Amino acid sequence: MKAPFNDRKYVINIIIFSIGAIFLCRLFYIQIIDNSYKLSANNNALRSITEFPARGLIYDRNGKLLVYNEATYDLMVIPQHVKDLDTAELCKLIGIDKEIFKSRMEKAKSYSYYAPSIFEREISKETYGFLQEKLYKLQGFYVQARTLRKYPLSIAAHTLGYIGEVSQGLIENDNYYKPGDYIGISGIEKSYENELRGKKGVKIMMFDVFNREKGSFRNGMYDTVSVAGIDLTTAIDADLQAYGEALMKNKRGSIVAIEPATGEILALVSSPSYDPNLLAGHDRSKNYIKLLQDIKQKPLYNRALMAQYPPGSTFKILNALAGQQLGVLKEDSRFPCSLGFHMGNINVKCHNHPSPCNLEQSIQYSCNSYYVYAFKAILEKSGYKKTSDAYNKWLDIVMSFGFGKKFYSDIPNELTGNIPTPEYYDKLHGKNRWHALTIYSLGIGQGEILVTPLQLANFTAILANRGYYFIPHIVKKIGKTKGINKKYTTKQTVKVDSKYFDIVIEGMDDVVESGTGTGAKIKKIEMAGKTGTAQNPHGEDHSIFILFAPLKNPKIAISVVVENGGWGATWAVPIASLMVEKYLNKKVDRVDLEKRMLEGSVKY
Amino acid sequence: MREQKNIFYNIDWITVCLFLALVLFGWMNIYAAVYNDEHKNIFDFSQSYGKQLIWIACAIILSLIIMMIDVKFFPAFSYFIFVLVLVLLVAVLIMGSATAGSKSWFQIGDFKLQPSEFAKFATNLAIAKYLSASNIKIQDIKTKLVTFLILGLPVLLIILQNDTGSALVYIAFVFVLYREGLSGNVLIIGFLVIVLFFLSLLINKFLVIGVIAGIALLLFVYIRKRRKEITMLVGLFILTAGFVFSVDYVYENVLEQHQKDRIDVLLGKATDLRGVGYNVNQSKIAIGSGGFLGKGFLEGTQTKFNFVPEQSTDFIFCTIGEEWGFTGSTIVIILYVWLFIRIIMMAERQRSSYGRIYGYGVASILFFHFLINIAMTIGLAPVIGIPLPFISYGGSSLWAFTILLFVFVKQDANRLLLL
Ligand SMILES: [Zn+2]
Repeated sequence: MKAPFNDRKYVINIIIFSIGAIFLCRLFYIQIIDNSYKLSANNNALRSITEFPARGLIYDRNGKLLVYNEATYDLMVIPQHVKDLDTAELCKLIGIDKEIFKSRMEKAKSYSYYAPSIFEREISKETYGFLQEKLYKLQGFYVQARTLRKYPLSIAAHTLGYIGEVSQGLIENDNYYKPGDYIGISGIEKSYENELRGKKGVKIMMFDVFNREKGSFRNGMYDTVSVAGIDLTTAIDADLQAYGEALMKNKRGSIVAIEPATGEILALVSSPSYDPNLLAGHDRSKNYIKLLQDIKQKPLYNRALMAQYPPGSTFKILNALAGQQLGVLKEDSRFPCSLGFHMGNINVKCHNHPSPCNLEQSIQYSCNSYYVYAFKAILEKSGYKKTSDAYNKWLDIVMSFGFGKKFYSDIPNELTGNIPTPEYYDKLHGKNRWHALTIYSLGIGQGEILVTPLQLANFTAILANRGYYFIPHIVKKIGKTKGINKKYTTKQTVKVDSKYFDIVIEGMDDVVESGTGTGAKIKKIEMAGKTGTAQNPHGEDHSIFILFAPLKNPKIAISVVVENGGWGATWAVPIASLMVEKYLNKKVDRVDLEKRMLEGSVKY
Repeated sequence: MREQKNIFYNIDWITVCLFLALVLFGWMNIYAAVYNDEHKNIFDFSQSYGKQLIWIACAIILSLIIMMIDVKFFPAFSYFIFVLVLVLLVAVLIMGSATAGSKSWFQIGDFKLQPSEFAKFATNLAIAKYLSASNIKIQDIKTKLVTFLILGLPVLLIILQNDTGSALVYIAFVFVLYREGLSGNVLIIGFLVIVLFFLSLLINKFLVIGVIAGIALLLFVYIRKRRKEITMLVGLFILTAGFVFSVDYVYENVLEQHQKDRIDVLLGKATDLRGVGYNVNQSKIAIGSGGFLGKGFLEGTQTKFNFVPEQSTDFIFCTIGEEWGFTGSTIVIILYVWLFIRIIMMAERQRSSYGRIYGYGVASILFFHFLINIAMTIGLAPVIGIPLPFISYGGSSLWAFTILLFVFVKQDANRLLLL
């Protein structure tokens, strides 16, 4: 039977034959005609040599060097070429024993018999000197130059981060990296990895049968040049950062200082910290394990971004703003306080102060009763029938201040904090079974609310700006010219009108002048602050203070948290004040206070 | 005629020998690609050549099993197998292991089962079953739509696995459809689209349009009497011009960065983009350094430094080129061409249209792999990671190709039984 379209088999056969013919022609060309692929009898092997570019440097905002590179050397091995090796001598040279030698050799062989592996990394300069002389005897071994990160000021360990060997999983997902390469693992080193790393180069070299280099293959036609990494300028003020770290010594907590006009982070202190050089040298892994195992101090934990506390009284400011925006608070709104708020079985204590307060005084005296009433008014009197609708409105305002979510800033690992959703309360108490007095503690910044020190500092910057912020960020400039991501220079406006900030800020000014934060007073600098105490069920309460200065045209907004520091005024207020003095005056006159803070320690 | 008890009865020995030759030669080259002085034992199952030996043994057992199964089994269960593989493709998306950005296999101990490899076989069964039904004419719109659906489902699922290379293989079915009566224009248009795509990226778009306009003008002079064809010509010209201008858009917005890199390297617009050009250059150096006779078995130097990451899988042809030279590469190409021509000859002698269509599918799938893989290693096509049939390292692909081929060998051996 002759099938229809039978003739078409010829077309298909012709296509197959033509492709076969094209392949044969092409192979004939590259294998026989084009001589440039051939290697002469003497140069019979090619090897690709990787050129590692210098990683980008990191500067502070005034051009002070924070991170640079130091030359170091890795001893490489190609198992196939190892011949007549004097094992004992090599072991002596680099100071390892026979067992380690054996296991490293095995590891190198299991990676590849023909490709180079790192045998010993980061050899000291002295060892390198000795090794250089003996290298001719060590067939199969050679030395490859690399760079090592160095931190001249030993500050800002959490922010700068560290680099380490790339993981197997990453190698499989990104073909830029090869085993043994370094990659940023935390901090700026991680978030700006692509800028800092530069581009590796590859040189294809010819080698003769005695493993001697015979020059570049085809005049470097297949080589690629390495490109150095890009330098970064951070917003960090190295002096302020160092001062903050000194002040926080022997205390747990954090300091975050922001320039309100730009959102640039001037200092980001997390205490306890560590010397960043510990994670860059030859003993990196040993040191890392030591730091990791210090469960009591947790030096690797970046409290500034990852610790989450109830904001305490600092949150009253936000409720004062939200209350005005929702039309339930006016400058002359007054609420009673009889050493606290008492209704039914709810008792919220307050201290002794003139009562009833108006809005400004409520901040000055940090009246608890006032803000339970205020929060009740927000949920009951802002014109919504259902509590959850009013709550959502309030939530919307709170979230617009950057609480309860990440900034997706350029320092990795920030946490969100927590602002409870109505769904959460529905689940906890039953749908529509909760009301203002069920969740009154939100009014005074206690309860389920959690914020990070970074969010608190940003909140302070919003107060300084009277209603807007820029996403807090650490890098100011990439290279010499390239600007940073546009999201960091885009103004974020909060959902409270600018006009409502004045009265609140007056209250914060009173706090420093004659309220709970008088310890912050500095001569000739007017400023606004608010103390807070984060309740801590596990021990002494955490001491919190937020502060910005000068009052007119603010230059710095700061949040300080001292864990277990008790009442705000004990530690957080003086530390914040000293930071501001240091930044604005470039020197500190209050020597006694400074000494007390530098030497003081909190018992844990 | 009664079915014979002997499973080798009437078997096409030429095909079987070509298959065995390719598989064994492939294994030798996998051995050479990972060979080192420390692991010489061919039964060292920690090395890929040791594992490949197991996969080959299993493949031969598989082929024997297929020869024993009733010849009517696969035609009867075509749709069932197709649906089963589709389910596997969905399952791998949900539960599979991901490597290098594509989520395409189940990890079973040391073995990676890749359903997309078997999907080609299953799709071929379904296509053969559908198109061989007595009332089916490929010229019907409905037939075209259903065919498109049968091909589109696995393609979609494979693209979702981020394995564009394997999805491209389904283009091979154009040959099958062409043989069954699809207009030849499809082949020509397909060819022109590819040529135009690369031309537009390579040279000035207005120059390309100018040349097309010139050709259109010549055709116009030739056919100016016939009004209907002029309308068609103008329409075609506008379509082509539109295509040329949309190439940039496709290139910029549809293709992903690594795909763009591969095209740039092929066109010589870039030399090294994150190591993509590096692979191709290394591959060319390795093949080129082979010369006429090659460096000899296990004597290769270029293919041993892990220069090319997929040395024993997608880039296995490098080792062949380096160690066996032009002679060896020629023999491999001749073996393949012979196999394809043989399968087509066998397909034409089938009495059932099911057998014929299935046979053409086998030839087309194998041919397409051969075309893309070798063109990639010798720098004629962008880097698309698909294996060289029977030769590349890997259990899934070897088994899938073996099943694909031997189901046809079985059909062919019993062709006189069927109508
Ligand atoms: Zn009070």
